[in-house]
Amino acid sequence: MAFYVAQFLTGLASAASLFLVASGLSIIFGVTRIVNFAHGAFYMLGAYIAYTLTARLSGVVGFWGGIVLASLAVAMVGVLIEMILLRRIYRSPELFQLLATFGLTLMIEDIVVLIWGPDDLLGPRAPGFRGAVDFFGQQVPSYDLFLIVLSPVVLGALWLLFRRTRWGVLVRAATQDRDMVAALGVNQKWLFTSVFALGVFLAAFGGALQIPRDAANHAMDLNIIVDVFVVVVIGGLGSIIGAFVAAVLVSELNAFGILIFPKISIILVFLVMAVVLIVRPWGLFGKPEAPARKTPGLTVRPWRPLTGGERLAMIGVLIAAAALPLFGGTYALTVASEITIFVIFAVSLHFLMSVGGLASFGHAAYFGLGAYGVAFLAKMAGLPMIACLLLGPLLGLLGAAVFGFFAVQLSGVYFAMLTLAFAQIVWSIAFQWVSVTGGDNGILGVWPAAWASGASAFYWLSLGIAVLVVAALRIMTFSPFGYALRATRDSGLRSEAIGIDSKRIQWTAFVIAGTAAGIAGALFAYLKGSVFPDTVGISLSVDALVMVLLGGVETVSGAVVGAIVYKALNIWLVSQTDLSKLVLGAVIVLIAVAFPKGIVGMIEAVQARRGASTKPAVLASHIETAE
Amino acid sequence: MRDDNLFVKGLMGVALGAVLGCMATGAWAQGEIKIGEINSYSLLPSFTEPYRKGWQLAFEEINAAGGVDGKKIVVISKDDAGKPAEAQTAANELVSKEGVVMLTGTFLSNIGLAVSDFAKQKKVFFLASEPLTDAITWEKGNKYTFRLRPSNYMQAAMLVEEAAKLPAKKWATVAPNYEYGQSAVGVFKKLLSAKRPDIQWVEAQWPPLGKIDAGPVVQALANAQPDAILNVEFGPDLVKFVREGNTRGLFKNRSVVSFLTGEPEYLDALKDEAPTGWIVTGYPWYDIKTPEHAAFLKAYQSKYNDYPRLGSIVGYETMKAAAAIIAKAKSTDTGKMIAAAEGIQLASPFGEITFRKIDHQSTLGAFVGKTALKDGKGVMVDSVYRNGKDYLPSDAEVEKLRPKD
Repeated sequence: MAFYVAQFLTGLASAASLFLVASGLSIIFGVTRIVNFAHGAFYMLGAYIAYTLTARLSGVVGFWGGIVLASLAVAMVGVLIEMILLRRIYRSPELFQLLATFGLTLMIEDIVVLIWGPDDLLGPRAPGFRGAVDFFGQQVPSYDLFLIVLSPVVLGALWLLFRRTRWGVLVRAATQDRDMVAALGVNQKWLFTSVFALGVFLAAFGGALQIPRDAANHAMDLNIIVDVFVVVVIGGLGSIIGAFVAAVLVSELNAFGILIFPKISIILVFLVMAVVLIVRPWGLFGKPEAPARKTPGLTVRPWRPLTGGERLAMIGVLIAAAALPLFGGTYALTVASEITIFVIFAVSLHFLMSVGGLASFGHAAYFGLGAYGVAFLAKMAGLPMIACLLLGPLLGLLGAAVFGFFAVQLSGVYFAMLTLAFAQIVWSIAFQWVSVTGGDNGILGVWPAAWASGASAFYWLSLGIAVLVVAALRIMTFSPFGYALRATRDSGLRSEAIGIDSKRIQWTAFVIAGTAAGIAGALFAYLKGSVFPDTVGISLSVDALVMVLLGGVETVSGAVVGAIVYKALNIWLVSQTDLSKLVLGAVIVLIAVAFPKGIVGMIEAVQARRGASTKPAVLASHIETAE
Repeated sequence: MRDDNLFVKGLMGVALGAVLGCMATGAWAQGEIKIGEINSYSLLPSFTEPYRKGWQLAFEEINAAGGVDGKKIVVISKDDAGKPAEAQTAANELVSKEGVVMLTGTFLSNIGLAVSDFAKQKKVFFLASEPLTDAITWEKGNKYTFRLRPSNYMQAAMLVEEAAKLPAKKWATVAPNYEYGQSAVGVFKKLLSAKRPDIQWVEAQWPPLGKIDAGPVVQALANAQPDAILNVEFGPDLVKFVREGNTRGLFKNRSVVSFLTGEPEYLDALKDEAPTGWIVTGYPWYDIKTPEHAAFLKAYQSKYNDYPRLGSIVGYETMKAAAAIIAKAKSTDTGKMIAAAEGIQLASPFGEITFRKIDHQSTLGAFVGKTALKDGKGVMVDSVYRNGKDYLPSDAEVEKLRPKD
């Protein structure tokens, strides 16, 4: 019995660190709608700065002072970032801020190594909380007890802040309806800045408090960020109490889960999230989002198919691309094949995001399923390459059909997080089912058949398939189905009213996008000759998101450009410098500021403006954003 | 308007062309031998930075002594960002564009396997330096791939030798939940159970790599009341595990056998909280008195003003082995290099090593000893060098494991 109580207390202590970071993320999202990917980076910075300060300042005051100072210092960094960077892009399309904070995360990872070096840094233990308390023969660390007390105290303090101060009233109002708060004359700029500062402070505080338990290391950010997102979503976005309950739920399930299933930790949070979201689509304590006041469709310049001239130009570009083998070497061609494959992948997500308005955070699942599909068929069934390429993506289709059915029942960030949960479930199957998938050692020897093994042949094959996929998705975008899909995106209520079965349409779109991603994955398996679980991993899903956002989510095919720019830059930087993350992150941040609608989106906007001043008649239907 | 649009839509092609133009084939310089080196520099700097210093030292020594066959060695080093797919892109760049004669490096097992499969497909010589997985020389071995570091099996066998001497009957295990952790535990259990049929395995914990929730894990292990614990955690996970274990008294009156913990990379991070009395494999650079090692240590310390980690040894020996193989082959032809590498004997800071013909595994060994605290720092004491050749299964077993080329 004492053991179970001790295990319960230990779970509560784990929940405390999770809650501190999650509460900050929840507050930031609730008010500013920023999906702050850099939250984990702030957590890590908190730990590193606390390490440095607690090493300099000694004694009880020094330790706790160091923790608080470190959190304040990171909060100041957060304020600077909010004012310099994020303020410029609040009006960008939904999720665009993810791009900027992703870039920041990449930069901070390299900066941390530059400042503090590559080694893991062990900080001091907390004065007064070094030992353990004997609890009927079970040792419970006193620092755990401190954390267990601290987190309800922080929860209470936040509750008082939000209920008993004018600032808190404004924050709650903004969480509920920020347009109305703005209409009532509240200075949103400072409200957002202060909210961001508080959120970052909590993240850094959570990180600094890890010093007596953990070693400060440069992988802390990515190790926590996804879990924290999950906790926030399980609790319900913007709900602090929800974050608290979810943190306790997840931590306790883990603490007791590992007694029965020692391998459960790797997937537990995602299982919990999938179940919670299927049963309660807005999380445990969340409320359904109010119907959007602005009509998203109006922010988009009306799309049109390519004109005859443009088609000719595209054919010209294609001929140029197809001529690459005439002057490129093997390496250039292989890189070009990889970029082409990522064009397919990015375009498939772009179709779902821009036409369907459904941002998936787990699109790599279908890419990876396509890759594994090919690997299974080639290695186990021994099918020839053509058959594998045709049948392999069907695994992506199947996965998309099953997961998509559940996912399209939700919308917005909840949809995104459910897709992430499904992707993680697929990933953990690929990772854990060693006898079939080879685990993280992957499946080797999936090389193309002789006719496609030359670099030029494979490039032409990838290019041909990419052209087919991009063309097919464009045709669908301008087909009646595409119009119906756009209707469900722009106004769910109105589209239902005119008889569109929106869930069914969205499901279909999900399956189409999943299949296209599967095609990319199938080609990728042959390009690399092997398949590993990281083809299903979060970082690949994030890459796809970044490509789409970079290209411009409000365009028809911006992802093509986004994929080419991002992938080429990435490959080139990784090859040229060990600080590739720093440079790539900086470039992404710069692009985010310079092109707040994405590269293609911005180019189109400039053109439209120029076009509007010289030939106003051409774009008579052009309506500016209603915001 | 339309013309602008044409131009803009054509950006895609321009971007593609420009980028690929930059990547066009490089020049092949005469009179030098190019070696391509890949490792997870950005993902695992705490291991790969000392590794890089190690091979750079060897590289300078080789060229200062006149290179190989009168030709200077050139090393082109690439980062793989910790991803198998990017490692293959790097391998392809090195082979197709830079024209290297040999690939070396890699840390993570799955990246090692990906590059080894690439080497097999493209018929390139690959000297895997650090990946520990047994598969790279056995189940998925191929004739193009050689591996330097003592494998998972070898380290397990070295530890089992010590573990079998312990009186402990009830054992618990904790390992990161991925291939390395699983196969380390698997081999250790198999070998120990064979030597000591009387022992029981009472608990196994599998926290995710990099995300151990140490409190509950330690509590669960303690609850099983084992006599001894096998640990495979390393890096930041190890720090959390040891700290929680110390606070909760998990290691009190229990034997602990632990993979890799004696390597400075991991032991030094624990500072004064380093556990004592653990039986570990590692690298006690401060305690090795052989002339080979003394020479290495002196050269390393005078060049970098820092002490070597195990990664430094691995990097150093990888480059020395590469040069020795090319020198013996007197050619950079892949087939000749393979023939030269099979059975080649060469010096190392740990003494003479051989690359076995049967499975392309080197006989580089490891030090086995106990952890202790000295001047507020973790050290290895009573350490003994275990020669790798004594901890490999019989040739008949290896032949069964390894596919025929």
